[in-house]
Amino acid sequence: MRRITSALFLVGLAVLVAAVYQQMNLLVTPLAGDAINASAGQQVGAGNIVTAVVLAFRGFDTLLELTILFTAATVGGLVLGKPRADAPRDPDAGFILQAGADLFFPLLLVVGLYIILHGHLTPGGGFQGGVVLAAAFFIPVLARPGTTLDHHAVSLIEGLAGAAFILIGLLAMLGGEVFLTPLLDKGALGALFSAGTLPLLYLAVGLKVGAELAGLLAQLAATEAAD
Amino acid sequence: MEWLVLMIVIVMLLSAVAVLLMKNFMAALAALSVVSLGMSVLFVILRAPDVAMTEAAIGAGLSSLMFALALRRLGLWKD
Repeated sequence: MRRITSALFLVGLAVLVAAVYQQMNLLVTPLAGDAINASAGQQVGAGNIVTAVVLAFRGFDTLLELTILFTAATVGGLVLGKPRADAPRDPDAGFILQAGADLFFPLLLVVGLYIILHGHLTPGGGFQGGVVLAAAFFIPVLARPGTTLDHHAVSLIEGLAGAAFILIGLLAMLGGEVFLTPLLDKGALGALFSAGTLPLLYLAVGLKVGAELAGLLAQLAATEAAD
Repeated sequence: MEWLVLMIVIVMLLSAVAVLLMKNFMAALAALSVVSLGMSVLFVILRAPDVAMTEAAIGAGLSSLMFALALRRLGLWKD
């Protein structure tokens, strides 16, 4: 019986995929992408079109993405809870991992900040750079399980970054524009200080994502291992 | 270029099947991140470097780290 239902399901799926495939003529209809590609550079002043879309054309979506990430990290922290005070700790890692952590921390810090600050010029941005930053702050914890991340500082950075993102959006409303309209001078296309408030927004996104994920990883690592 | 894509796809498929068949959880995790790495190379070939960076950082790096920590929590760290 189960096999028959599975086979029926597969046939139905195949029919559905075939119907969808027939309905959409790929690469024929001009999508919105061409229009955005043509106008984003002049309108927003960002060399990276993806950043122009993510922060300028659909900045509100990005704010909600941050909200989803925040909710997920908060619920994860809530479920994980705190370890017992007398829980056994992992021993420190060996020499290779400790030396590697010392070498990797500054390298990953620079790479993460570079990806965030150049998000409006080159591929990458707040989300990718934030993950690299989180990895930079988590690797020392992995090498020396005795040390813990300062959770107060992490949540302070996270809250300030989130508030900064919303504040920049509200500043645009103060001038009579729509929420999260890019402000400031667009500058020269391709310069580091260009594209108005987009780099500031991406810096806020990167710090928030990095702090959230680093906190979550540290909390996950601090949970007691099963015996 | 097509040969490169074909090779990457075959490697991805093989490692995806290996994830299901391997008995050792850590080895399965490594195979899982190989799938993500192949995916990120495919994104580069398709000229979507932003997505490739996200896939490499989150798919190959962060999610395997989280899986590893979850395995440790469940006591499946060693085979």
